[in-house]
Amino acid sequence: MNTQANFAPTASIASRRNPVATKSSTQLLCWSIQRELWEYRSIYIAPLVVAAIYLFGYWLSLIWLPPQGVRENLIPSMRDITPLDAAHRLVPLAMPYAHAGMLTTFVAVLVAIFYSLDALYGERRDRSILFWKSLPVSDLITVLSKASIPLVILPLVVFAITVVVQLAMRLSSMAVLSLGSSGGAAILWRQLPLFEMQIVLLYGLVVMALWLAPIYAWLILVSGSARRAPFLWAVLPAVAIAVFEKIAFGTAHFGWLIQNRLFGFSAAAFDLTDKNGVPVDPHFIPINCLAPGRFLANPGLWLGLLVAALFLAAAVRIRRYRAPL
Amino acid sequence: MNLSSVPAPAAPIVEARGLRKTFGSTIAIDGVDLRINEGRILGLIGPNGAGKSTVLNAILGLTQCEGQLKVLGLSPWTERDQLMLDVCFIADVALLPRWMRVSQALDYVAGVHPRFDRAKAEGFLAKTDIKRTSKIRELSKGMVTQLHLALVMAIDAKLLVLDEPTLGLDILYRKQFYDSLLNDYFDRNRTIVVTTHQVEDVQNVLTDLMFIHRGRIVLSCTMEEFESRYLEVEVHPEHLAAARALKPIHERQALGGSILLFDMKSHPVDASQLAALGDVRRPSIADLFVALMGNEPPDQTTHAQDADGGRPQ
Repeated sequence: MNTQANFAPTASIASRRNPVATKSSTQLLCWSIQRELWEYRSIYIAPLVVAAIYLFGYWLSLIWLPPQGVRENLIPSMRDITPLDAAHRLVPLAMPYAHAGMLTTFVAVLVAIFYSLDALYGERRDRSILFWKSLPVSDLITVLSKASIPLVILPLVVFAITVVVQLAMRLSSMAVLSLGSSGGAAILWRQLPLFEMQIVLLYGLVVMALWLAPIYAWLILVSGSARRAPFLWAVLPAVAIAVFEKIAFGTAHFGWLIQNRLFGFSAAAFDLTDKNGVPVDPHFIPINCLAPGRFLANPGLWLGLLVAALFLAAAVRIRRYRAPL
Repeated sequence: MNLSSVPAPAAPIVEARGLRKTFGSTIAIDGVDLRINEGRILGLIGPNGAGKSTVLNAILGLTQCEGQLKVLGLSPWTERDQLMLDVCFIADVALLPRWMRVSQALDYVAGVHPRFDRAKAEGFLAKTDIKRTSKIRELSKGMVTQLHLALVMAIDAKLLVLDEPTLGLDILYRKQFYDSLLNDYFDRNRTIVVTTHQVEDVQNVLTDLMFIHRGRIVLSCTMEEFESRYLEVEVHPEHLAAARALKPIHERQALGGSILLFDMKSHPVDASQLAALGDVRRPSIADLFVALMGNEPPDQTTHAQDADGGRPQ
């Protein structure tokens, strides 16, 4: 079929441009996040699997321990409750619940690191960036959707999974206790303020995400710019700067800065000593240890967020120029 | 593009003047002027490294160029987000993300593209063997192309850019591809720009033809012009000297004798004069391409490979 003679251009483009409802930025962002969850299923599978294994282990411990042992494990002996305050008394009771949250959080941070390093690298490696770029989704939306995985989605995933696991642990331990003495279950309900623990967990996850934001943003930036080995590009510059500083000036400010950024969020956002100056056990942090005011007043937080924003802006810009590898 | 035989519309779909792009010391495109009007199917033909992909990438806002360029009245580089509502492209076969399911691809495009008609895409897919639940990595190369085409054809776009869309496909899929494009998609409100090495596939599809070589446009015409301007004569050996005197632009040997290609514009020849020398016929685009490129002096300078130069094939 030869079409060449059949078509003469007609009216102007604009006149026939049919009005179509555009997609809002929120819709585009939601679909982009959905796409990330399709592609990187480890975002929810890895924490789920680890939490499931933990829960399974906990159940086994309930079954295998003799009833007396279980009770001693689950309910602290009344003799222990004297000079220490309630928070310390609750530590052994809270420990398995706290471990569930810590373990899930740890796995989620690992997932976040590997996700961020691959976020803008994988799409160039498999050339799918050309498909994504053929759709009306801006680089800004794309980068924001990718940044939201470690900063928003993973903390939410950890929180949801931990809450479910902790409830399952509590219900099952109460069931075991009720097999023995009738009062055990009630004591457990009264003694362990699980809801308070979960509020503290949520707070901890939020402050951690905010505090680590420049780290994740840096990883995303590197994943968008590196032609190969994004992990090395992410880590080696920091090592090089630290080594240079040590040799040239004999100081370790940069190393301290990185260390503080990686691990300093709890010191920045919690007041981890009680009124007597005794350190609080991290397995049970009472709600009055939260220090959101101090955290928000910390210039390190805002500087970090500013740096994160700059890194992400650079990642948006770089994605414009990047072709498949 | 010279479209003197066609009344110029209010606004061309693509208009470029003095488009230039260098990668370091290598020149990818060197002063390209082009004008693509609405309702045309332009074939951009050139050897590897000629700059085809760079031109397409410039039109798609994937690369920044010197010179003036407007696509649908917008600057592709600075107004890309808006432009992509009305422009679609298939940059390569098999670049759909391999981890995605067919149903997810449909969901996603429906989710982000306001001009995507999901029912239409489903309709196209119903004619294929592609299952909704398949992952793209499980599909054959031909099926991936079918899927991509189904997605693209369901988008009500003004301009569709195809960069080697059928590379590596067998002839059946290639034929299907262009048949679908013409019968189910193309109309006078749409414009298509396509590059391909399989020129024989598109000879009857194109309305306009452009040869690009070493970053420059060496031929730009409508297919009507192409057909009236070039004639090929399979010359009987005894007429060879007489035929050569008429200044053919190219000569090649075939089983039956010599085949001479005449440019009726640069050296006007009477068609009946040619008929006396042998069998006269229309050249294929491929033959003209070889003729024009073969006349070029060998490449002295380093020229950039196409952006597709490193593409795994």
